[in-house]
Order: sequence, then structure tokens, then C-alpha cells
Amino acid sequence: MKRGWFLPIAATLGFAFLYAPIVSLVVFSFNESDLVTVWSGFSTKWYGAVLADPQILGAAWLSVQIAFSAASIALVLGTLCAVALVRFRKFRGRTLLAGTVSAPLVMPDVITGLSLLLLFVAMEATIGWPSGRGLLTIIIAHSTFCMAYVVVVVQSRLGDMDVSLEEAAMDLGATPVRVFFDITLPIIAPALISGWLLAFTLSLDDLVIASFVSGPGSSTLPMVIFSKVKLGVSPDVNALATIIIAIVALGVLAATIVQLRNHNNRAKAH
Amino acid sequence: MSTFDAQSPPPPRPRAWSGVERALAAVGLSGKALVIAAPALWLTVFFLVPLAVVFGISLTIKQFGRPPYSPLLTNEDGTVQLTLHLNNYLRLFTDGLYVAAYLSSIKIALISTIITLLIGYPMAYAIARAPDQWRNILLMLVILPFWTSFLLRVYALSGFMRGNGVINQFLGLFGIPPVVMMQTDFAVYVGIVYTYLPFMILPLYTNLVKLDGALLEASADLGARPVRTFLSITLPLSRPGIIAGCMLVFIPAIGEFVIPSLLGGPSTLMIGRVLWDEFFANTNWPRAAAVAIAMLIVVVVPIMLLQRAQDAVQDKERGK
Amino acid sequence: MVKKPQLAIDTRPWRDPAAKPFVRIKNVTKKFGDIFAVSDVSLDIYKSELFCLLGGSGSGKSTLLRMLAGFEEPTSGTIEIDGQDMTHVAPYNRPVNMMFQSYALFPHMNVEQNIAYGLKRDGLPRAEIAERVRELLALVKLSDYGSRKPHQLSGGQRQRVALARALAKRPKLLLLDEPLGALDKKLREETQFELVKIQETLGVTFIVVTHDQEEAMSLATRIGVMNQGEIAMIGEPTDIYEFPNSKFVAGFIGSVNMVDGVVTEDEPAHVRIRSDELGCDIYVGHGVDCAPDQHLSWAIRPEKIMLSREKPEGIHDANVTRGMVEDIGYLGDMSVYQVLLPSGKRLRVTQTNVTRGNPDAITWDEEVYLSWGDSAGSVLTV
Repeated sequence: MKRGWFLPIAATLGFAFLYAPIVSLVVFSFNESDLVTVWSGFSTKWYGAVLADPQILGAAWLSVQIAFSAASIALVLGTLCAVALVRFRKFRGRTLLAGTVSAPLVMPDVITGLSLLLLFVAMEATIGWPSGRGLLTIIIAHSTFCMAYVVVVVQSRLGDMDVSLEEAAMDLGATPVRVFFDITLPIIAPALISGWLLAFTLSLDDLVIASFVSGPGSSTLPMVIFSKVKLGVSPDVNALATIIIAIVALGVLAATIVQLRNHNNRAKAH
Repeated sequence: MSTFDAQSPPPPRPRAWSGVERALAAVGLSGKALVIAAPALWLTVFFLVPLAVVFGISLTIKQFGRPPYSPLLTNEDGTVQLTLHLNNYLRLFTDGLYVAAYLSSIKIALISTIITLLIGYPMAYAIARAPDQWRNILLMLVILPFWTSFLLRVYALSGFMRGNGVINQFLGLFGIPPVVMMQTDFAVYVGIVYTYLPFMILPLYTNLVKLDGALLEASADLGARPVRTFLSITLPLSRPGIIAGCMLVFIPAIGEFVIPSLLGGPSTLMIGRVLWDEFFANTNWPRAAAVAIAMLIVVVVPIMLLQRAQDAVQDKERGK
Repeated sequence: MVKKPQLAIDTRPWRDPAAKPFVRIKNVTKKFGDIFAVSDVSLDIYKSELFCLLGGSGSGKSTLLRMLAGFEEPTSGTIEIDGQDMTHVAPYNRPVNMMFQSYALFPHMNVEQNIAYGLKRDGLPRAEIAERVRELLALVKLSDYGSRKPHQLSGGQRQRVALARALAKRPKLLLLDEPLGALDKKLREETQFELVKIQETLGVTFIVVTHDQEEAMSLATRIGVMNQGEIAMIGEPTDIYEFPNSKFVAGFIGSVNMVDGVVTEDEPAHVRIRSDELGCDIYVGHGVDCAPDQHLSWAIRPEKIMLSREKPEGIHDANVTRGMVEDIGYLGDMSVYQVLLPSGKRLRVTQTNVTRGNPDAITWDEEVYLSWGDSAGSVLTV
């Protein structure tokens, strides 16, 4: 087919729009000057500043802990939920469960955050748990909204899976629980990994919900960045952002390469 | 084959997989019930109940103390009294701020969604039509921002657009005086388009890449020019992708808080920000709760209904 | 084609009223919502049979098979296997194994692991599992492929792994869902005979679901033709083909010419039917359960009709009509003639091409006589 000039130009401009701000941020993170936008020389001093800032390091560690726990809880609950929705054809409350689990996808963060905070306050007043807010309440809140994403990812993989594989295992004498661990789990493993990664990233990235349900002394990394940015652009945030973007880029690159290699191997085998 | 004998004894009953199954059976719980119960219970406690709590608190009034709202139930001399206040909801109508904020949120989200579609569609189409060796690289370039911190990308954009930012320095080279972009509604539009562009491109790409090239050739063969082919073949067939992409942009944009608060000015009204300020700046929890409930009814419920209707249409088209 | 005797003892237990069936399906009905997928099916299958359930899509054959495997529970009725009630027994507790249409090979396990899976579930000692896996691989001629993953195998090899896996637990009954459906035509013919050979060697009872009538005809000891959730006919392949009991069965298996007629003579030893469509009388040389003046159908297979240029001598002034050759399909081994009768009815006639490049063969637009024997067709009242 003849290729026109319009699409390549539109795509080039679009990608320029997507990447120019990020590239400029990365470039200025190596700027020596305190003034963010005036180039005065190459320096890595801001990286040193970030790595020596206990507030940033503490927040980063807290965020990682939260993201790890929340993604894991969301993975377990989300997988159970997806199995229930895809494999159990009929049960009472199926529609309600399906609606409730996907609701967080369309729920604005401010409402999710506010509602969970009010719940935690009310629960503390009536049953004394959770006492105060911090790590635990953020993990609960993040698990809840991340679960919806895990369900979406796992549900589609389960739906694509050939049900006769599970039936074959059952036919050969495996009980349902055994079938799940022997057959279903290994086959949907890639979806579980991407679901977990998605949940981990979403949790790591969340500012709004965490702001509502966190307590004094438990500021996550996005909360720290937000308060710094509110005060104006600062060079150490540039450095921090560059570090985070580099980690994400490496992760995406690695995932793509692994995926392509699997794909090629599979193609070669046929 | 001597080992295969039609008279062979029946196979032994398989053993239960582990103690887990037997223990569950002992208390009369099937694994199936447990699989449903765990997520259902979690969602009830941490999703449905909180919404009920929000509704309850929206019917109280602000007071000083902890918690900063009046109790719903009071117990005086053994008489339990339920006190409901509708003031918060009345204020939503009487105070112009709230209505204006709702309308402005919808307007900003709608316009940004359309702009995102106009920018995202050609990009998605270009990626879908790109030669194989390019396609994966381009796709990765879209996925990368998708996984990158939202907050950091807004921040990157703010650095780009500020008074002495890259754009104005670039304009300065041509002797053009700096343009004020930050803290305007314009910046909010750019911010939404910028951050949600990958969400628009990915579903569009997934749809467009499946488009059968033979259809376009058939259309051309029957005498349609490229633009005609696009309008009468490509565009209608990509409708599900367009709808999915628009939903993915519109829904989060409407309740957006970070973008208006970092890029917008004091006059940028968005409901997410109003709720935030009501809660954090004014510590008026009941009012914030009322704003949330109104947002739920005006915005979220219609979107959910719309999505369900859309799913039903698609299922029907797929002939389920 | 008549099936070769299977076991040393008499081969057709279904002809012996005293024989005890191995699988007993009694009044089984399965409803999905308001739809009857299987309605009131009763069927007896005997030990070492190779029974084919034949039907189109939606005929209920697969649902019946899935009920035998235990994946679906009958809405009503019972299923007995080897004298034990299996109606509500879970699939993993049944002495029955199934070979799936998609083969359902576990993609993350290699061939050996796939075959060993059922044996491991039975808790067999490791050495015995290894021994049996080796035997099975030899049986299906895949001894060198044990460590391959399913995606590294060809379609035919996968099919054989699926068979070996289903046989591993020495089931009393093996269910096969379209076992040859995913293979191409040539491979299918080869595999067909291999399947029968394995079945004969092991003496396991096979129930095969298929929509392919040729496959059913050449595999089965008996065939159950299914239509709209019901069994339309049960019989040996020759019965099904030569003596169909209904218009549905006659039309479903092979190709057939069907005409309407009215009974004019109804005697104990013969029946005469007047058919305006044929433009002649049909003389049937045996008694038929019908009444004078009854409207009924008569069906004849294309190869049972003879074509000739000269008028043959009819039987009792019947069984001969005239028509014009409208079209000829040359298939190599035989030719298919489409003959237009004066009534407008078209008959399909096949003739074996005995002579090579016959210059004198009947050709287009020729007027020909069509004739048939007095027991060549079937009288069908339903």
C-alpha cells in the first residue's frame, strides 16, 4: 500500500510531544546551577543530594514496602475474584461482585481516598482498629483499588485459556484445588506477573489516596515529591525523577525483550 | 501389550490434594464458596461500606473536635436520636462554586478527551501501519510513559512550560517575548492530553492493528480515494477502540486533582480539587462527603451505566 | 464395510438379549436453561465396543459425552458404568478418561509429564509410572519424543500424545471427542486405522463423538445417530446406511435420492408405490408396515440406480423411468450423473468408471433409462 506523508509526520510530532518534557527534565538533572532552567555546566551533584536526603530515602523505602504488600494482596484477592467471575458460571451475587470489583476503575481517586479515610476514622472510633493511620491503612487502600486492575488482567487471560485443559486434568484424577495449582496457575502466570507489576506501579505512583489515608510520619514518595513541587521546581527532584524514569525504562525494556524472545522462540518451534 | 487388560482393577480413588481440602470440607465450606467469599468480603468492607460511611457523614455538619463532624446518633437519657442535616446538599446548589466546578470539570474533561483523540488516533494508526521492525519500538515508546510516574510526568511538563522554561527560551531565540502558560486553563488541557495520551493510543492501536488490510485494498479497488476509505471503512470499524480510549481518558480526567493543582491557576475549577480543598484546607469533612456523593451520582453512576450499555452492545455485535 | 470380529467370543453382544451392557444410559435428559441439549436418551453400550455418536453441531452428542465424563450432570436420568451408578460422581473419581477435541495437552509440561499426570494423581510408585509411560510412548510410536513440549510436536504427534495420556490410567471406558477432527485428510485415514488397532489390542471400550460420517462408518462397531438431542437410530454401520429408519437418517448419512409416493398395493410379500415425481411405479419386493393410499417417502442411494441407453426390463412393470443427463461430475474412480426427470425432479446417480477413458460413456444431454432392483430402496414413513 502507498504510504502517505500525513501519518509519519503526525506520529513524529506526537512522540516529540510525549518525550520533549521528559528529555529536558533528564538533561537539566545534570545541570550544575541551582536555577533549574539555566544551563551552567555538567554535574551529578543533585544525584548525590538525592541519595543523601533521608526524607526522600525514607519515603522511597516506605513506598516500596507499601507497593510490594499492596500488589501482593491485590494479586491474591484479584486472582480469586477473577476465577470466581470467569469459572463459576452462576452464583448468587455474581452481578454485584462483578460491578463492585470494577467500580474502583471509574471511581475518582479523591472519592476512594475520602471514603476509606472516613471508614478508618469511624472504625477506630467504634472498634479501636486500625489505631491511627499509616503504613497499614495505605496498604489496605492500595490493595482495594489495585485489585480491580489485577482482576481485569487475570480475567482476560483466564477467559482466553482453553477450559478443556482444566477438564483434562480433572478427568485424569486431579481435584479442583489440585487442578488450579497444577494447570491453571502455571498457564496464567504471565498475566499474574503483569497484574502484580501493574498493581505495584499504580501503588508506587499514587498520591491522592495515600494523602487521605496516611498519618503523620508516613509520607510516601509521591507525597514528598508533591510537596517539593508545590514549592517550585527544584533540581534535586529532577535528579530523583531521572532515577525513577531510568528504572522504569529498564524494566519496560527488559519486559519487551523477554516477550519478544518468547514470541520468536514460539514462532521458530512451529 | 500384556499390561493392558480390559479386566484391570478400577483405579484407586484419588487422594484429596492436601489437608486444606479436607479441613474445609470438615467445616462444611467448599473451596468454591471461599474463593468467592474472600474478595467479596474485602470489597464489602473496604469499598461498599466506606461509600455508606461517606453518605452518612455527608448528612452531618462540621464541628470542632475529633472527629470534626457532628454525630449521627446521639444518646440522651436512653433515647437514641438520629440527626440528619441536609445543609451540605443545599449548599451544593445555593453556592455557585460547586455547580460551576462540576460543569467546568465536565467541560475540561470533554474537550481534553477530544483533543487527545485527535492527536492519539493518527499516532495509533501510524504505529499499526508501521513496518514490523518499527512497530515494537514505537509501541514501547508509548508503553514507557504509561508505566512512568504520572506525578513526575506532570512535573516534567510544568518545567517545560513555565515562564523561563524550555518553550519560552526557545521562543526567546526568535525574539518572541515569554508566553504565560503555567497556571492557566490552557496548561490544564495540555497536562491532561499529555498524561493521558498513552491511554488513548493503546486501545486504539489494539483495535487498528487487527484491521484487515484487504478491506482497505478492496475499498481502493472499488474506487475509493484514501480519505474516503478512511472515513467509510477504517473509522467505523475502529469505533470500539475510540470508545474505549475516550473512556480511559474522560473518566480519570473528570476527577483529576494533581493536574489542576500543579498546572492550573487559582481560577481553574475542577471538582476533585474542590473536594480536596474542602477536606484539607477547610477541614469540612461533611461538606467534602456531600461533594463526593454528588460527584458519584452526577458523574460516576452515569459513566458506569454507559459502560455497561456499551458492553452489552459489543457482546451483541460479537453475536453472544 | 462390515467390521471385522473384535474378540474371540461372539462379537456382537447387542444382538444377544441376555448380554449385560457395560455402559447404561437410562432416560438421560440435560437442560441448559430452557433448551433441551439431550432429551430422554437411553443407550446401552457393551464391553470392547467402539461406539460412535454421530450428529451435526447442536445434536447433543458432545453434551452426552461430557455427561459420561462427569463434566455435566444430567438434569434427570442415570448413567451406569460397569454396574456402578456414576450419575453424580465427580470427573476425578470416575474410571473413565477422555481424549479432548483440542487434545488439551498441558503446554507447560513435556510429553512424558503429560502422560504421567494421571498416574501421579493415583499415587503410583515412581518406577511404575516411568515404566508405564515408556510402554505408552512405544504404543503410540513416540518413544523418542518424551522430553518434547507439546508446541514442538506436529498435529498427528499431539493427537497420539493425547491418546496415550487418556489411556495411561487404563480406563474402563475411553471417551474420544472428535479424535481425528484436527488432522488433515491423509493423516486422518492413517490414524483411523491405528486407532482401531489400538482399541482392538487393548480391548478398552471406546465411545467416539464425531460429525464425520465416513469416520463413523469406518471406525464403529455401532453408530448412534443423534438429532436435536435425541437418538435417531442405533445400529451397525451397514444398517445405518442400507436400512435407515427415517428420512433424517437416510439424508444425514451419505447422499440419497428421496421421492414422495402413494401406496397402491399393500401385500404381505410386496408393496407397490405410485410416484408422480419418478413418473413410474416402485415395486418393493418385501412387506412394509403401511396402509393402502398412504403417502410416504422412498429413498435410494445413487449407486443403486443403473443407467442405460436401451430400456431395461422392469420388474412387474415398475422400477424403470426415463430422464435426461443434465450434468456429469467426473471424480476419477466414479462419475456422478445428474438426471432430470420429466416431472422436474433431479436424481443423482453414480457409476464406477470400470473402463479406462471409455469413449462410449453416457454423456451430456443424452436421454437415458434409470432402473433399480426391487429391494434397492428404503420405504420411509417418518
